[in-house]
Amino acid sequence: MKTLHGQVVFTAALAVSLLLTGCNKPATPGAGAEDAIKVGEFASLTGSEATFGQSSHKGTQLAVDELNANGGVLGKKIQLITEDNQSQAGQSSTAVRKLISSDNVVAVLGEVASSRSLEAAPICQQNKIPMISPSSTNPKVTEVGDYIFRVCFIDPFQGTVMANFGRKTLKMNTAAILSDVKSDYSVGLAKFFKEGFTANGGTIVAEQKYSGGDKDFNAQLTAIKAANPDGIFVPGYYTEVGLIALQAKQLGITVPLFGGDGWESASLIQIGGTALEGDYYSTHYSPEDTSKAVQSFVKNFKEKYNETPDAMAALGYDSAMILADAMKRAGSTDGTKVRDALAATKDFQAVSGNITIDANRNASKPAVILQIKNGAFKYVDTIAP
Amino acid sequence: MTEFLQQLINGLALGSIIALIALGYTMVYGILRFINFAHGDIFMLGAFAGFYLAPKIAVLLPLPSIAGGLVVLVASMLICAALGVLIERFAYRPLRKRPKLTVLITAIGVSLFLEYAGQFFFGASIKKFPDIFPVTTVTQIGGLSLNSNQLMVLGVTLVLMLALRFIVLKTRIGTAMRAVAFNPEAAALMGVNTDVVISFTFALGSALAAAAGILWAINYPAIDPLMGILPGLKAFIAAVLGGIGNLPGAALGGFVIGIVETFVKGTRWSTWADAIAFAILILILLVKPSGLLGKKEVEKV
Repeated sequence: MKTLHGQVVFTAALAVSLLLTGCNKPATPGAGAEDAIKVGEFASLTGSEATFGQSSHKGTQLAVDELNANGGVLGKKIQLITEDNQSQAGQSSTAVRKLISSDNVVAVLGEVASSRSLEAAPICQQNKIPMISPSSTNPKVTEVGDYIFRVCFIDPFQGTVMANFGRKTLKMNTAAILSDVKSDYSVGLAKFFKEGFTANGGTIVAEQKYSGGDKDFNAQLTAIKAANPDGIFVPGYYTEVGLIALQAKQLGITVPLFGGDGWESASLIQIGGTALEGDYYSTHYSPEDTSKAVQSFVKNFKEKYNETPDAMAALGYDSAMILADAMKRAGSTDGTKVRDALAATKDFQAVSGNITIDANRNASKPAVILQIKNGAFKYVDTIAP
Repeated sequence: MTEFLQQLINGLALGSIIALIALGYTMVYGILRFINFAHGDIFMLGAFAGFYLAPKIAVLLPLPSIAGGLVVLVASMLICAALGVLIERFAYRPLRKRPKLTVLITAIGVSLFLEYAGQFFFGASIKKFPDIFPVTTVTQIGGLSLNSNQLMVLGVTLVLMLALRFIVLKTRIGTAMRAVAFNPEAAALMGVNTDVVISFTFALGSALAAAAGILWAINYPAIDPLMGILPGLKAFIAAVLGGIGNLPGAALGGFVIGIVETFVKGTRWSTWADAIAFAILILILLVKPSGLLGKKEVEKV
């Protein structure tokens, strides 16, 4: 009876442990839990922003694999534990709580969308676990507390860059704005674009809005066409931007559209097709950059995944690399020591440009402007902060 | 003035798609006195049928072309007509003698089933709908832009509405439909096979929804399994606005909703478009509870 009871307990424990490992994706199956540094990641692997989450995760995974192949960090392998939040509100906090309390991770990486990073940040701050967002550009994210960092630039910078690009490089005197009221990102970009554009003597002749998920933009575009701007700033995400570009061309609008890093997806070209020819957007990096860091990253990424990495992948990669660098400099995985090392990061040679972490824990780094030509993203310009 | 006319064209194109969906709602209501909430998802399935059929049809007929596009349109209408009949046969017919509320809740269940089965089989991410009609050409008439897709939408809608009118008013099955709508028991006593009539109604309504799905997808070529929710809701409102159970009313309601929404979106109140459309609905129903073209019904107690 006693042995049977023991067997039952053992089988149950085995089943539970199998279930747990089944949920996670350990990066290095060989590495034991004891001698590995556990790093948590939460990402939108499925759902509406799945292409962002997948790209970012692939970049992070590549960085961890490379670090482990070169002997790991502080003599230990890194074990990446990834949780999917399905692009849904409410799921990120659950995922991060699990990562911290049951997996005992020493740091957290994530997310692309600002709203979901904002959900997880207070939990990391409370537990004194450093969190690095790869590509949330809303300023509020790092304002949560001194344990929250990011490796991308922020909305005011991106909005200002596009305002300067439109006003000075493309010599636009007037511009229209078509933004998504449902997204903090889009509203923020629109605001900083407007400030930057008018500060340089330009005029905003029309401001129209839509809600994320809309399909018909003919009404807003007709109103914009009547205002006759030199260009239309569309700081939205790729699905809507593709449809907006199509409908703009069908209404006979010939001036260029331009936007931010929410355009960064192969789906954009699939939906918008030739209607997007000649349009511009700002982003974090270009795979056409000839620097050694970028070229070796692109080569390794292609070898592993057989696709060209986009900006989200580059930032996912950088977030893991900058964390590893901080751990090395701190000589420890202790949350507070890693935090101090992260805050002291200066001129770190990342794929998406040289990163210096400023006093507000944001990355100070250049933006890249790309143009859509023959259905591909072509490098146009790099703009320093 | 140019902007006004342009918005009118935009509104007519959007409204005619809503009108096509609304016709299905109103037909089923006219015959069975219940709202088929799964109707918006048939609209989604119509678009996906076209999405998966287009590569197959491209083997036989060159795509994009007018002929090939019309074949895709008709084929997905037929597929959805069959689906509509199946849904009625297995989900609604067993409950026909039960209270209306039971069927209504089942309809919501069928709707959710189709949406999530769609996410499972088609995937949740957005798909690009292939070009089935010739490349969009833009005709400029004195500053007005009219593109070939909009013309296609208006043309197909007009043809389908006339065909529907012919079926309902001039054919035997149409007469039987009107008889069942008027009084199902009396129609059955007169020898009308109500099961056949109801199946036919679902087939007809679902085919119209599929046509709307294809027309929607050629204008807004990003389709996903949840795309039917909002247009379905708007079409339902259009049907109520026009007087539910009344065919010309549903068409009129669709155009009104499309045009109002477009005009509001063209102003700085764009994000209020839905709120204003619903407010208009409430106002009209306050003044005329049976809808724009609805007949006053005396409730028998």
